[in-house]
Amino acid sequence: MMMMKNVFPAAGRVLLSPALRRFCGSPGSPGSPGSPGSPGSPEAPEDVSDVPASPQLTKQASLYVHWPYCLRRCTYCNFNKYIPKENNDPIMIECLQKETEALLQLSQVSHITSVFFGGGTPSLAHPSAIGAVLETVYKQASLSGEAEVTLEVNPTPEGMSKLEDFHRAGVNRFSIGVQSLQDEDLKSLGRDHSSQEALQTIEEARRLCPGRVSVDVMFGRPGQTVKSWEGELSELLAACDHHVSLYQLTLERGTRLFKQVQLGHVTPPAEEATAEMYHRARGTLQQHGFLQYEVSNFAKHNSESRHNLSYWKGRQYIGVGPGAHGRFVPLGEGGVVREARTQTLEPDVWIREVLQRGHGTRRRIRLSHLTLRLEEVLVMGMRMTEGINHKHWKLFSPESGLHEIFGASVGVKELQQSGHLLLDDRGLRCSWDGLALLDTILPVLLVELEKQISVNTTQEPLSVS
Amino acid sequence: MSSLVKRLCEVPLLSRVSHLRLCRRKIQNYNICYTVLRHRWMKSLPVLGSSFRQLTTQQDKEAVDMSKFPVDRIRNFCIIAHIDHGKSTLADRLLEMTGAIAKTEKNRQVLDKLQVERERGITVKAQTASLFYTHAGQQYLLNLIDTPGHVDFSYEVSRSLSACQGALLIVDANQGIQAQTVANFYLAFESQLEIIPVINKIDLKNADPERVESQIETVFDIPSEECIRISAKLGTNVEKVLQAVVDRIPPPVGSISDPFKALVFDSNFDHYRGVVANIAVIGGRVNKGDKIVSAHLNKTYEVNELGLLRPDEQPTQKLFAGQVGYLIAGMKDVKEAQIGDTLYLQEQPVEALPGFKPAKAMVFAGMYPMDQSEYPALRSAIERLTLNDSSVTVQKDSSLALGAGWRLGFLGLLHMEVFNQRLEQEYNASVIVTAPTVPYKAVLSSAKLIKEHGREEITIVNPAQFPDKSLVSEYLEPMVVGTILSPDTYTGKIMSLCLSRRAVQKNMVYIDEQRVMMKYLFPLNEIVVDFYDLLKSLSSGYASFDYENAGYQAADLIKMDFLLNGRPVEELTTIVHRASAYSTGKAMCERLKESIPRQLFEIAIQAAIGSKVIARETIKPFRKNVLAKCYGGDITRKMKLLKKQAEGKKKMRRIGNVDVPKDAFINVLKSERHASNVGRKRDKQNGDENNTSDPLVRRGMSK
Repeated sequence: MMMMKNVFPAAGRVLLSPALRRFCGSPGSPGSPGSPGSPGSPEAPEDVSDVPASPQLTKQASLYVHWPYCLRRCTYCNFNKYIPKENNDPIMIECLQKETEALLQLSQVSHITSVFFGGGTPSLAHPSAIGAVLETVYKQASLSGEAEVTLEVNPTPEGMSKLEDFHRAGVNRFSIGVQSLQDEDLKSLGRDHSSQEALQTIEEARRLCPGRVSVDVMFGRPGQTVKSWEGELSELLAACDHHVSLYQLTLERGTRLFKQVQLGHVTPPAEEATAEMYHRARGTLQQHGFLQYEVSNFAKHNSESRHNLSYWKGRQYIGVGPGAHGRFVPLGEGGVVREARTQTLEPDVWIREVLQRGHGTRRRIRLSHLTLRLEEVLVMGMRMTEGINHKHWKLFSPESGLHEIFGASVGVKELQQSGHLLLDDRGLRCSWDGLALLDTILPVLLVELEKQISVNTTQEPLSVS
Repeated sequence: MSSLVKRLCEVPLLSRVSHLRLCRRKIQNYNICYTVLRHRWMKSLPVLGSSFRQLTTQQDKEAVDMSKFPVDRIRNFCIIAHIDHGKSTLADRLLEMTGAIAKTEKNRQVLDKLQVERERGITVKAQTASLFYTHAGQQYLLNLIDTPGHVDFSYEVSRSLSACQGALLIVDANQGIQAQTVANFYLAFESQLEIIPVINKIDLKNADPERVESQIETVFDIPSEECIRISAKLGTNVEKVLQAVVDRIPPPVGSISDPFKALVFDSNFDHYRGVVANIAVIGGRVNKGDKIVSAHLNKTYEVNELGLLRPDEQPTQKLFAGQVGYLIAGMKDVKEAQIGDTLYLQEQPVEALPGFKPAKAMVFAGMYPMDQSEYPALRSAIERLTLNDSSVTVQKDSSLALGAGWRLGFLGLLHMEVFNQRLEQEYNASVIVTAPTVPYKAVLSSAKLIKEHGREEITIVNPAQFPDKSLVSEYLEPMVVGTILSPDTYTGKIMSLCLSRRAVQKNMVYIDEQRVMMKYLFPLNEIVVDFYDLLKSLSSGYASFDYENAGYQAADLIKMDFLLNGRPVEELTTIVHRASAYSTGKAMCERLKESIPRQLFEIAIQAAIGSKVIARETIKPFRKNVLAKCYGGDITRKMKLLKKQAEGKKKMRRIGNVDVPKDAFINVLKSERHASNVGRKRDKQNGDENNTSDPLVRRGMSK
């Protein structure tokens, strides 16, 4: 209870903090580009109760780079993307480099484990942009030749034609936004490619990075039936490489699709049908040798996405680009506690801020013991089929183990008896059926966690440096 | 009036809440001037204009010589009318014309003090105003005793009527006789009052006074020549009304030479001065400083203050036989000024007046604070409200689902709604009100139970205490006689509605060529929830309805239980008539289904009588419930949603293996019109939840 009271008001206060207003009002802020924030700054007081994160966690991070531009708006998408009126690419590239440099310095990580270029539509960027960002990384941290470098690709002819150059610039994994193999659906979803083009792009990507190509598909689209989905899936399985991501289409407020559904112009399949689509797809993929390793992700021959696994395993990540999120300890300014950091959303504003102070961090929230190490670890970790093993949990919670926290709970016992949850020598994880019901299971676990952990923790807002 | 409540409920909750807060602030301001002016009317009203305060200062402060008004110069009368027929407007005009209040645009329903009275256009609390009127060279004292317009408040009405000798019966020239006109007429008629029919609103375009006069002749047997046609709004012919009051209404009986004897016909509680009793002096005189005795408690008090209500208090030295006024005598508790009590002088005991039958609660409902932390505040609000409304019965109650609360008894449905509205408006209290129930009776056959209760016939207010059929020789349910007036085009629909409510037709008369008056004997239970709203909607608002109590009748009653996966839920237990068991059971199961979230297993919702299940709904288990995407940029938003769910989970009540949100109980237990409001509130919350999809929170996304 205590803890809950602290979380939300704190988040609310962030927006109103005088420090933030001060920041918004004055362009000249302390810290020269390249060295954001200053150690021991009075605006970021350290809490003596904070337990420093283990060095095992702080010396490395993954890097996410956000390319905010798109050619057009998909009807279902509510992500941070902009249709540019003019070519902003040169300045965008410059700023992505600048921010990468600044945040790497701030985090003091010596090793970048993977890089992911997402968007927006990053395949619209010139391949040299990718090269330039990677170059910046190399300058400050080690990025092994083996490290996974993924680029999201829109399977248009233009995107396909650039794959080779992207590969040459350092990309070694492609994630292709196929979404559907039905041309009519692609059109109504506002995608700018055809199913044929998608298949060709997959082929070209596989030629360049064999075994390191992923395809994204959406189910639960308006007009889709369980039967048509099965057909589409087998067509996809014939063409795809070693990684598949399946997403149920979610209606998001503010999208064109949301409006169309509200007006009754299109009807998404019923809940029962989408549940059936998910269950059948899980079965079909398994039969084809794809192991499910997360709620929406399937891989064969150990081709899991290393980058995404690091999110689910609670590792540090640095987010660069408009609206990107990060989670890392700002060792560079003397910090000892992991922070949730959000970059400024709007590209033009973000650019201005990066040019002025080297980075466009808009919001920083210090993550306390309970919030980070346990709640997020739990929520993210349980998305994986392997769940959370004891060693993994110990890394974040040296004091209390999984058995101690969840072993005695009536709610957890019920979930075990009903066959949705497993708690054993390996750790805590969902059963096959349980994984599809994770969002019903998690509140039970969160309530139990809160009950068991009575460490005096707070999540306090930080000012923006 | 129900439609008014409805409209009120439809206002988005938020704006309603802020509106209420606003009112509360105003009330607090008023409390300040209240203490200065010592003005009982100011108690709770935000609406009184400043003109009123001015008036108090302007008024002649010198004590009126009350001996100038012997019994034959006094008339005590009241105004009775159907809602919105213009009672309060006429009262305003009478007050203006006699100089009790200044003539200004702002005089609107001066006697309706409560916010709820003004909003609903009804009078809840009886009020009194003494008027000085000169007719044919003589000055008269006219005491206008304002009465509540609704039969729910007939207790108040009959109290007021007992202090009167005559009544102005107002009928709208456009609408004609309505259900409450009839009910009020009979109350006045039974009290043997002189009735003066007044046809109001003759200035309206569609006014048809001839038709209304003939209705009055048909229904009340009053010759049409006796009707006075007026427009209270414009003041047309209002003078004639005053003349008729003097000419036609007999003066009160009683003599100054008798020993002092007064009837307490109303009382109010004032935090600063204690009890303020409204009295009608039947005989003799009373002076400031006199020692008086309450016949009921046989306690002696000293008269500290007495005077007239014009309508604000105007102290005098004395009050004489036939006069009506207020009296303060150091009574500290409203119970000391029992309504219907007789007051007399210490040294001159008299025989007590017959008094009144105490009001009997006919509609019961549970009231619980929205949040248990608000319990003390709600308790004090209920205490303060019941101080001035002794007809509300209060019993502590508690429910596993809703926590600690009360079971309150009301005289009728409107009484209950008004009480709730006053709680909200005057005390800013947010309450959960359960669906209203009626008091059943059981005639016990088990000797053991009879011994236990000390009597054969028991009243059951809480369904959980309903005795089993094997221990009972018969069950009884309360009945009412309902009067419906409507254009005859709706007769068919109304008859089938009544039939579906187990009503028996007693009588049906045409009061003119198009309008029909029907009387039905209803089980009270059948009209407490939605009957009035249905009647209004099927008659496009033209039908009016009123009812009076008609004793108890044997009925085939059964206790119905509700089960979740086989476990009974105590607070949902309901008493129903066998004939409506199925439909009630089904409706409640459906409402439960809507408000219990899907879970990992199937949930059976059953309505059962004894061991027999009569209705069932099933909540299918979730097959899939997991967010498709959760990457670096999604965590914040995902955590927020999950934490919210976890918080909600903590507040749920576990029945067997089923988690039931408090909302589910509220939706099912609340009366329907409130339930719709809760639904809206929930939508709003969902909306907020979606709005938290702060664009900031969706970044850092990768595949």
